[in-house]
Amino acid sequence: MARGYRHIGKATPRKDARAIVTGKAPYIDDIRLTGMLFGKVLRSPHAHAVIKNIETTRAEKLPGVKAVLTYKNVPQWNWGLPRHESTLDSKVRYVGDSVALVAAETAEIAEAALELIDVEYEVLPPVYDAQEAMKPGAPQLFTQFPNNTLPPDPIKIDPKLLQHVVMGDVEKGFAEADFVAEGSCSYENFPHPLPPEPPGVIAEWGELGELTLYVASQSAAMNKYTAQPVLGLADIRVIGTQCGGSYGTKNANLRPLTQAAALAKVTRRPVFLYYNKVEHFEAYTVRLASRIDIKVGIKKDGMVTAVSGEWIVGGGAYTESGKYQIAVGLGETMVLLRCPNWNLRSKLICTNRIPTGVVRGFGGQELECAWLPVLSIAMEKAGLDPVEFFKKNYAKAGDGYFWRDGNWWVCRGVDYSKAMQKGAEVFGWKDKWKGWGVPTSIEGNKRRGVGVGVHGNADVGEDDSEAWVKLSPDGRAIVHACVSESGPGQRSSLCKMAAEVLNLPLDRVNITPPDTHVNPFEFGLVGSRGTFTVGSAVIQAAEDALRKLLELAAPVLGARLEDLETEDGLIYVRDKPERKVPWRKVMGIARTVTGLGRFETDFSLPSCLMQFVEVEVDIETGKTDLLRVVSATDCGQIIDPLVLNGQLHGSLGAAGIDTALYEETILDKNTGRVLNGNMLDYKWRTFLDLPQTQNVILETPIPSHRFHAIGIGEIATSPGPSAVLMAISNAIGKRILDYPVTASKILKALGKI
Amino acid sequence: MEGDSKVTIRRVKDSQKGSISLTVNGWLYELAVGDKPGEVAPSHTLAHTLRETLRLTGTKISCDHGACGACTVIMDGETVLSCITLTMDCDGKSITTIEGLEDLETGQLHPLQQAFIDNTAFQCGFCTPGIIMSAKALLDEDPSPTEEAIKQALSGNYCRCISHYEVIKAVKEASGRSDTNG
Repeated sequence: MARGYRHIGKATPRKDARAIVTGKAPYIDDIRLTGMLFGKVLRSPHAHAVIKNIETTRAEKLPGVKAVLTYKNVPQWNWGLPRHESTLDSKVRYVGDSVALVAAETAEIAEAALELIDVEYEVLPPVYDAQEAMKPGAPQLFTQFPNNTLPPDPIKIDPKLLQHVVMGDVEKGFAEADFVAEGSCSYENFPHPLPPEPPGVIAEWGELGELTLYVASQSAAMNKYTAQPVLGLADIRVIGTQCGGSYGTKNANLRPLTQAAALAKVTRRPVFLYYNKVEHFEAYTVRLASRIDIKVGIKKDGMVTAVSGEWIVGGGAYTESGKYQIAVGLGETMVLLRCPNWNLRSKLICTNRIPTGVVRGFGGQELECAWLPVLSIAMEKAGLDPVEFFKKNYAKAGDGYFWRDGNWWVCRGVDYSKAMQKGAEVFGWKDKWKGWGVPTSIEGNKRRGVGVGVHGNADVGEDDSEAWVKLSPDGRAIVHACVSESGPGQRSSLCKMAAEVLNLPLDRVNITPPDTHVNPFEFGLVGSRGTFTVGSAVIQAAEDALRKLLELAAPVLGARLEDLETEDGLIYVRDKPERKVPWRKVMGIARTVTGLGRFETDFSLPSCLMQFVEVEVDIETGKTDLLRVVSATDCGQIIDPLVLNGQLHGSLGAAGIDTALYEETILDKNTGRVLNGNMLDYKWRTFLDLPQTQNVILETPIPSHRFHAIGIGEIATSPGPSAVLMAISNAIGKRILDYPVTASKILKALGKI
Repeated sequence: MEGDSKVTIRRVKDSQKGSISLTVNGWLYELAVGDKPGEVAPSHTLAHTLRETLRLTGTKISCDHGACGACTVIMDGETVLSCITLTMDCDGKSITTIEGLEDLETGQLHPLQQAFIDNTAFQCGFCTPGIIMSAKALLDEDPSPTEEAIKQALSGNYCRCISHYEVIKAVKEASGRSDTNG
């Protein structure tokens, strides 16, 4: 709703809309710098091996080749928490791991050169499963990680980072429970978020040792502050290009970044490293593997008395952000449940699989998809309706939780049970829910079932943002904020917020390109944080600029500052609107007025998204159709309804709801290769498979900023998978605790195969 | 694929042809056949020629093996996947890319482009050129398609952000249909 706003809450065209629909929006592969070379990576055919010998002479001799780098001569940079990945290593740890780098005049020459590199491997036994990897005698990926377990030591930059939730007395809690449920569930499909645009980086070193990076990223500046400590505090400038989809995966992946930087350093030419789709599948980033072994105590009335268990997180061969994903996942579980007694511990394990990293849902999706099905067992024992259970248990104002930083935060947000209730009504939950393990309807072989899932996070207020708003005498404003565009439309939404504060037409407010040289600090567009955090900084900067402008105007108009108004680049005294002076009259033409804004971390306002799903299962074939999805949330204030609805529809993409139905990378355990690492064999939802969708969006003012809004987009993918698992279990009357629920798993559960 | 390229090479040799001609968005291009920069090699795909040789980068390459529709262009009225079409097979053909929809003289957008803007029928926008080209081919053939026909025509176009619902609405709007049941 617009609530009397001029721009906020209204659907307006995105600032980059025309560029996108005419094909002019500059994605990274559309950029060609003068003298630019093309980088390619030789990749390991083995899941686990040591490079015994590597011979590059033939490749170096190929005309057009400018550099061939191996672990012997590459600039070595190391990263990870703790550091465990490097530019190139003498050991390879997954099929697709980097063996050598080539830069050449054309991409074709670089590819041809890869075939001229001779490598002799000593093949080592691989380990693909996290629990196997923890056992004594399992193949070891890193000498510094015994039992392939990342050390639980605190990390320097975040000493209290949440890795376990321990509070109260779980034994007492279980003693108080009316019902205790115990179980294991795994969510370890290693699904691929699979943005349409492959990852890419252009790196160029200047004469004074300054490094310019062009990145296809959802958070351009993150590439600077994460790469800087790794690259010896180099003077880094990052310029973000239009980003062809990210879903978390293209924040700051240091693998392609350091490799491009290494080739550029050695050749002293700009180097473009751009993955093809096979590399994108096999050698980039997938979701964490998540397995939970957990026990929960519950009272008849739905209050949870104790949670105790172990969360085994499979990080693949390298895990750039596993510890942070664990921290956020644990915090999100606390937001979901008002429970006084916890003993939930995590372990982060390396295996010879595709590296994992940031993906939309960031640890929380992975934890809750494994954990909610076990929690369902407790709800069933207590005879509870899951919607009522979640309404009761979701964090409300005054409730506390540990968040990512290990600190105790007290919720000051809105009561989401209203949004849950509204969602249930729109979905028709009361009519469709027949009880645990009971189908909604049966017609021949077709059984329908419903399920519900919920997810929320307090990351909507995470980390810091800065913005400047610069007013010019021509009655226009520029927002300086290092914000990339990878799909959420946030650059346009921030212009709307500034235009609202400055009472300008939207076309008179623009935003700087995502370039760290022209913008102040920005953490990045992660965790749905843009609306609250960057929004707060932009609003504050616009207000500050406006105040400074009106200070200049007051003597010119002979009025007090507080009696002045502005509209469309004109200033007037409130009581005498007929006498208007343009900004240039008070500023002169040789001046700009700049306001400053800064936001600092606030984890006290969790978001919430509940999803209701209805499925139809054919019990003869095991085929499942997703018929309907209702998403319910309360975002305080819609900034742009089209953008928000698009984000929520995103639940059907990016390794979201379909990880419960068919999305997975299938490993050939004989070779360590992904068998379906291409867009024909990896299944994705097409225009012909669309379920009915409805978004229920309440707008209860949230105490965030001037417009009372928070973001919600990131977690659209998260509540759906466990809801689908619940719906299928209800449809067929058998509980399934394994993703994805393929036809064969259904037939097996029904005893038909 | 391999078979196709052999056929193409033979045809070129047979005709002793040193160049091929393509009409792209109404402009006629004579392109020399060869391996030098600016020439068309027998291995070049149409997507490569459009993007690298003609610098028409609006056509996107995503999967590069004909599975995702991002590279869709219109050739003699039919959609083709330009990443699995060899340029040598396009001699004498007329091709329309996303750059060809806007009237460059007046700045007037194609109704589909305008409808995509009005409905924010994209998120990251990478698949949008391909989707618009598939939709244009559909509307050229059937100016008033049903919803089912729209879904069918776009079923080969991958969109991971999930803008499908807005896209369907935009295509309907551009076709002058606003009903929801097709």
